Parts: sequence; structure tokens; C-alpha cells
Amino acid sequence: MKFASLVQNRKALIGLILFALTCLVALFPGVFTSDHTPDVIGVYAPNLTPSGAHLLGTTSYGQDIYSQLVYGTRQVLLIALAAGAFATVLSVLIGITAAYMGGIVDETLSLITNVVLILPTFPLMIILARYSGTSNWVMITVLVATGWSYGANQMRAQALSLRNRDFLEAARVRGERRAYIILCEMMPTMTSLIVANFLGSALYSVLAASGLQFIGLGNTSSDSWGTMLYWAHSQEALQAGNAMWIIAPGLAIAVLSAAFALMNYAFDEIGNPALRPVRRKDLRRAAKAARGDQNAEKGAGDVYAS
Amino acid sequence: MSTPPEPTAPAKLAAPAEPLLEVKDLRIVYDSPRGPVEACSGVNLTVRPGEFVGIVGESGCGKSTLLFGIAQLHSAPARIAGGEVLFQGRDLVTLPRKELNDLRWRELAVVMQSAMNALNPVRTIGDQFKDAILAHEKWPEERIRERSAEVLSLVAIDAVHLESYPHQLSGGMRQRAMIAMALLFTPDLIVMDEPTSALDVVAQRSLMVQIKELQQQLGFAVVFVTHDMSLVSHFSDRLLVMYAGQVVEFGPTRAVFDTPSHPYSKSLLDAFPSIRGPKVPLTGIPGDPPNLADPPAGCRFNPRCPVVKDRCRTEVPELYTVASSDAVSPVLSRCLVHHPAEPLGVPLAADVNIPIVPEVQSS
Amino acid sequence: MRFVVRRLSMFLFTLWAAMTLNFFIPRLMPGNPLQALEARTRGKVSPTALESILSSFGYKPNAGLVPQYFTYLKDMATGQWGQSIGLSLGEPVRQIVLQAVPWTLGLIGLTTIIAFLLGNVVGIVAGWRRGGALDSWLPSTLVITANLPYYWVGMLLILLFSTSLNWLPADFNYDPSLVPGLSPGFVGSVVQHAVLPSFTLLVTSVGGWILTMRNNMITTVAEDYVRMARAKGLADRKIMFGYAARNAMLPNISGFAMSLGFVLSGSVLVEYVYNYPGLGYQLLNAVDNNDYPLMQVLFMLYTIAVLVSLLAADFFMVWLDPRAREKG
Repeated sequence: MKFASLVQNRKALIGLILFALTCLVALFPGVFTSDHTPDVIGVYAPNLTPSGAHLLGTTSYGQDIYSQLVYGTRQVLLIALAAGAFATVLSVLIGITAAYMGGIVDETLSLITNVVLILPTFPLMIILARYSGTSNWVMITVLVATGWSYGANQMRAQALSLRNRDFLEAARVRGERRAYIILCEMMPTMTSLIVANFLGSALYSVLAASGLQFIGLGNTSSDSWGTMLYWAHSQEALQAGNAMWIIAPGLAIAVLSAAFALMNYAFDEIGNPALRPVRRKDLRRAAKAARGDQNAEKGAGDVYAS
Repeated sequence: MSTPPEPTAPAKLAAPAEPLLEVKDLRIVYDSPRGPVEACSGVNLTVRPGEFVGIVGESGCGKSTLLFGIAQLHSAPARIAGGEVLFQGRDLVTLPRKELNDLRWRELAVVMQSAMNALNPVRTIGDQFKDAILAHEKWPEERIRERSAEVLSLVAIDAVHLESYPHQLSGGMRQRAMIAMALLFTPDLIVMDEPTSALDVVAQRSLMVQIKELQQQLGFAVVFVTHDMSLVSHFSDRLLVMYAGQVVEFGPTRAVFDTPSHPYSKSLLDAFPSIRGPKVPLTGIPGDPPNLADPPAGCRFNPRCPVVKDRCRTEVPELYTVASSDAVSPVLSRCLVHHPAEPLGVPLAADVNIPIVPEVQSS
Repeated sequence: MRFVVRRLSMFLFTLWAAMTLNFFIPRLMPGNPLQALEARTRGKVSPTALESILSSFGYKPNAGLVPQYFTYLKDMATGQWGQSIGLSLGEPVRQIVLQAVPWTLGLIGLTTIIAFLLGNVVGIVAGWRRGGALDSWLPSTLVITANLPYYWVGMLLILLFSTSLNWLPADFNYDPSLVPGLSPGFVGSVVQHAVLPSFTLLVTSVGGWILTMRNNMITTVAEDYVRMARAKGLADRKIMFGYAARNAMLPNISGFAMSLGFVLSGSVLVEYVYNYPGLGYQLLNAVDNNDYPLMQVLFMLYTIAVLVSLLAADFFMVWLDPRAREKG
């Protein structure tokens, strides 16, 4: 049922399509471009403007921008999805455990969560990234370590409100084990929150990862979009007149973020129907009816003809 | 109006006065993503000055929607799709905004179900009274305070609570404070949406008694929406029963209560066992209320009616005047039994008791 | 009172945790200032000489970690922030920091407040009028703009207004050829240099405010007390601000404090893109050069800033919402 309403929502649909497109490119980069080694320097003439041969032009190192973009997709997506997933798993574990166990466990976990939440994330990430090396998995770890706390609070709040509901009480009385109650009774009711959380974490990861890569803290030899921006910036692409080198990777980041953001927002709307847009034509019809058309409808009676 | 009027003598039911409120064929529609759903289909109702009219029905029958529609307090996705609401002779549906706002609270006040939700949590009671007054009159501070204390004393609340916030009062007190607020300009009509539902039984009765006393003292009319038929029937002059967005019975309380003219009203009443009468098996109404997006053909009650006939499934009943009722204050009923030309031959008075057995709705 | 004590102790604990993290992470990981200094001086100065320079600045790597840690805590608390061992070797950290603070506060602080106020007002109006043209495309647009990468937007703006049109400068906080002072020329230059960076921040952050305020308004407008205000015949504007907005704003106030942390973080990149010498810019330099003293102080300042704004938000909440006063 949830999936159906997700598809009906226009925003979610657009987000979903963009996301699916990105996945396609990530899975089959070879299909989208003929240049399979976009990293190699000096293959083409540097700083070419967009043309038929090079859809987005070339970098000042003579690499084809479009192919870099295509091949970089996989990394970006991998980081976003992995970091998003792990962060969500961590949030769910900590949040639900804190809510369900209560007492000293809850106090401790909440304290840790709130402390991590308050720490200034980006400076912390910068420090962590700088000192941990540049591989993708390090990046993912850094993102997860800094990003799980917001979700954990949300999960805890939701779990707390569910904890005393009757169906859980019934499960307890039946003698079910705690793990069972948490996994099979509580979590299914929290699915939309968990999914929304995952989307939010993925969104955060895309932006944070490319941000870190942009200042050179990622793997500088990768094709990631953030890294492309790093090279573009250090080669002063703007001044060199190669605007596309800046515009293209950033646009790709923006598109993927938009995909996650739209899907995330759609979940908000599904949960709260009052937020859905009220369409204009319905209002116009209503105003018309209130004003003049009453006379036509007066004799119609009180039941639709069936 | 610069001073509150003297309390008028309570209106008598016998001589029908010019109606204070006349709702004609009101249709209220909800715009859902799947298309418009009619929550109120052609509702007719009149209220005389000083009269107490109760509106009863199941959850989802449209009574609250009706109330807010009458007071023009509905909001998207609900909208008025047709009909008139004549209050003091003026149609509220088409009345220009400014004039509507003018008569709000002065002539027409509202009391809602949950005072905790209806009162602004971040402002004191006194401030909220002041808001209401200042929206219509430019009284000096002293006068405002005086009047506020006065209405509070009418409901037996100490004036010191003007400085309190809503969450600092008890449930019953909040509810009474809301009623006091409604009395600031001693309006001609107060509409109440289940004001007793959030209270315990004892507080319910005491609140009802208080409302009735105030009504007799100050002479305002009341439209009271509730699902609790037995409670309201002790206090109302006339009773209106709603089902599936339509009025199915409307008449003097005694008539409707003692000799219901519609199978639904009868079933409702039969569901309340009498505390003093002979012991009878509990009855209920099998099935569920219909889906208003797709109501049944013919009479809307036909899938659940204990005395249904074939004709009921095809012919649409109007609101007929019950022949045997009082000429001055007739009972209206939406059942083919009372069709003036071809009445359905069904003994409505017969005791057709349906025992409470879970049944799958047949529709 | 208990409430205040609880919050304060929580913040002190967080501050302590932040500072501890900040102390141990760089020291437990590969790389150290000595190597960085060697790289920078390109082997012209002998390692022993470098070591003595560094130790005179308080960097004694051979002393045990634990004593260093306690000395560190004491120094941070008492304002003895030592000297930079990074780019500006020997310069007192306090000086570097104090120079950078007004620029960051001015730019970030001012922009955030403007974005917050503007966003909330637009959000209030958007949430109140349902079904207008605004309602159909605004949320989607805002969802997208609120999630654009700050630094990319900054670069685009530079591309447009600086490189192509040459209307506004893209570097630094004022024209380096000018002498700082209260002269109109200088002040004008400061303003000119601040336009693009603050616009970058504004464009990306205002969307979030509009959205959350609109959503809060919609939920609030559906509440019974707003309906009650209509029933009383109050004027629309009075209801919108006095009843609906007043209640809808409450969650936003605490959200504002939360977001301050994020904005501070994001501003690091904006300063980087525009070479704007604020705290973020200094932080990046410090990290690049293993400049522990500077890094420590900056991180502590960031944490304190977030904590202070959280505390302020809490007090605001108590002031605005009488229900919160009871909870203590």
C-alpha cells in the first residue's frame, strides 16, 4: 500500500525516476559512454568546449568530462547508499534499544546520542577525514559516525510512543521474547519512519561526501563528482574559462540530492495529508458553486442518481 | 450593542415564532483525491428563538461537518456545494466577509468539543476573552475585565482565573470557560459540538444543567451536536437524527423519543436499555454506516433496516411530514412508511428486536 | 532552576567530550606537525632545529599523552591558546582567532538571521494561503534548492557575477590594497565583498525555513483554536500572526538552534570557495598543516557556538511557551 501511494505522489515519482536513472548509469557506465578510462590524462586536448565528440567538454588535464561524470556515478551512489544504510541501521538499533530498555540504558544512550548530535559535524568530519586516510570505506565510516545521531533521536521518540500501545502489551503477555517484540511487532509499524530516515541519511551523505572530496579529503584519484570539483577548483577552471567542468559535476550532485530530497519529502506528505497541495481547479469550482450554481442544483434532491 | 441586553423571557414552544435559523437543502462536499464526497446531502433544519435543538447520529454521519458548515467555519477540503443557511433572515453562505465577521460572536457563538484544543495554549483565558471583545467593540480595559468576570461568574468560575492558562484549569472548568466566552455578547444562537464528550458522566450532567439554566436565563437558542441521544433528549426541545449525511427524523423531542417515526431512530433508542423498564435483550444495529463516496441506492439505510422492503432499495425517500404528528410542530421522517401518497405498509411500532450478533454487512 | 542546571551540565559534558575528541584524534592518527613542517621548509632546516622550534611553541610530542591531555584541558580553559605551528608559524593563536571571528560572525551570523526571518515570514504566508499558485510549485522547488551543495552554488555565483559580468569580487573580505578603518571606501569594499558569500548562504538556507514554517503553519491552522479564532470573528491577519504563527513558530525556534550548527559547518566551505578569512578558512588551513594548537581552539569555539545557541533556544522556548515553564 505504501509503495502505491509513493508512486501516486508526483514529487516522489520524479525523485524515484531520477534515482533509478542514476542507478542505471552507475550499474552500466559502459553503456552510456564510449570512453572507458576517463581518468587517463592527456588523451584529448585540454579545456575543449562542449561539442558532439565531447558532450561536456574536457578538463584541463585532457580528460572527457562526460565520461568522468558517468564513471563517477558508481562511487557517489555507493557511498550514499552504504553510508545511508549503515547510519539508519545504527540509528534504529540505538534508538529502539534506548526506548525499549528504558532506565540507565536509555539515559546513557540518549546522552551519547545528544552529545554526538551537538558536536559540530563538518569540522569533526574534516578532522576525522584528514587523519583517517582517503579510501571510500573510510569516508563511509566517517559519515556514519557523524550522521547517526539525528535518526536515533527520531527512532527513540517514535518507539517510546509505541511502547505502551496495546498490541505490544498483548505480545508481552503472550510471553514473546524481547527481540521478537522489537523486530516483529514494533519495527513494522515504524517502516515509513525508517525509510524516510534512510532517504535523509543518503541525502546527507551525498552532500557531505562531495563536500569533503571538494576540499581534497577524499580519494583524489577517483572519478567521484566531488573530486572532479576539487580538481576543477584547484585548476582554477572558472578563470580558465572552463565553466562546464564546474557546472557539470555540481549539477549531477544537485540532481541526486534532489532525487533523495523529493522522495523524502513525499514521505512527509504521505504521513500528513494536510500537507498535500490543494489544486486550483477544485477551488475554482468550489467558489463557483458557492456563488451562483446553487439554483441549478436546488431541485436535484439529496441523493446521487444511481 | 453597547450594553448586554436584559435577559428575555424564555420562548415558548407552542406558538411557532419566525425561525432564527433556517437551513435549506445544505450540501457540504469534501474534495478528496478520488473525487468529491458528499458529507451532508440536502440538510433541512429550523431553529426558533430560544429553542434547544439536539442533533444526534453515529460517528461519521456528518453532524460535526453540518455544524461547522452552518457556522461557516469549515475549511478545505470541505466546501459548501449548495443550499442556504438563513440566520436572522440573511444567508450566511453568500454573506460578504465583513458582515459575517460582524455577526460572529455577537449573534452566533461556538462551543467546541475539546477546550484543551479550542483554547489557544499560549495565551491566558482573560486574553482570549479580550480578543473576542476587541474584535467587535472598543471597550476600555476596565469594562472588558468587568464583563469577562461577569460571564465567568455565570458559570461559577472565579475571576482570578482570567490570568490562568488553559492547561492550568481542570477539564470541566475549561469547558465552562468556553461556554462563558460564548456568552460575552449574549448571542442569539450558540452552536455546540459535543461539548460534553470529553467529560466524565457526572460533569456531563452538571454541564448540561448549567447550559439549560443559562438558556432559560438569557434566552439564547442552542444547537447541540452529540452522539449521546439519551443525554440530549432530557434537555432538548426538538431532536434531529442524522444518518449518512441526511436528516432522517426531526421533530419535538418527546415525539421522536417516545414514538420514533424512522427505523433508524427506533434502533438507536432500542440500543439504550431503560434503567427502570423490564429486562430486554440488548439490541444493536448490524452492519456499518455506508461509504459516503458510494452510498446505497434508494434509501440509504436499506442495507441495515430491520423492516426493509424491496421498494426501499430503488425509491429514494424524501423528508415527509408524519401524518399522525402534531400540526403545529410536526415530525418529519425520511421513510417510505410516511409517503403521503403511497405509504409503505410496515408496522413501524411493532417491536422488531435484532439481537447483537456479529453480522457481515450485506451490500 | 533545576532545568537550567541540567542543561548547563549537559553542555559542559558535551564540551568536554568534544575537546577530548579533538585532542586524541589527530594525535592517534598518522601524520604530525613535524612532518608537515619538514615538507614546507623543504629540508632546508634540520629536523632537530625544527623540533626545538616546535617545542618552544609548546609541542612536546615526547612527553606522555596523558599529561599532555591535562595540560591541554587546562590551557584551553584558561585562554592560553599557544602559538600556531602551521602556516603562520609562531603567531599567537588567540590573535589569529580574534581576527577571524568578526568576519565569520558578521557574514554567517547576519545571513542566518536574515534567512531565518525571511524564511519564516514567507513560510507563514505560504502556509496560510492554501491552494494558491505558491502552494503547488513552491514546496518542490524549495525542497530542491534547500539541498543544493553550498560550495557549488557559490562557484556558480562567482561564475555569473564575477567572472562573466564582473560586477562583484570573488575573493577575500575586502580589497587588500585598502587600509582597514571606518572610511566609506573601506566599509563599501567590505560590503561589496560580502554580497556574494552571504547570498550563497541565503539562497540555500532560506528554502529550509520556508518549508518547515509552511508545514508547521498548515498543521497549526488545522487546529481547533484557529477555528475558534475564526468563530470569534477575529481579523484574518490577527489570527495568522497571533494565533497560528505564534504556535507554529515554537518548533522552529529550537530548529533554528539546531541548524546553527549545520550552517556553521556549511560556512566552512563557503569561506573556502571565496577565500573569506573567517574561522572556517582558518580551520581548513589548520587541518591541512597539522596545526594542532589552532585546530584545537577553533574546534572548541565551534562547539561553544553551537552550545550557546542551543541554550539560547531553550530559554526562548521557555519564554514563549507557557507550557514549557511548567515542565521545568
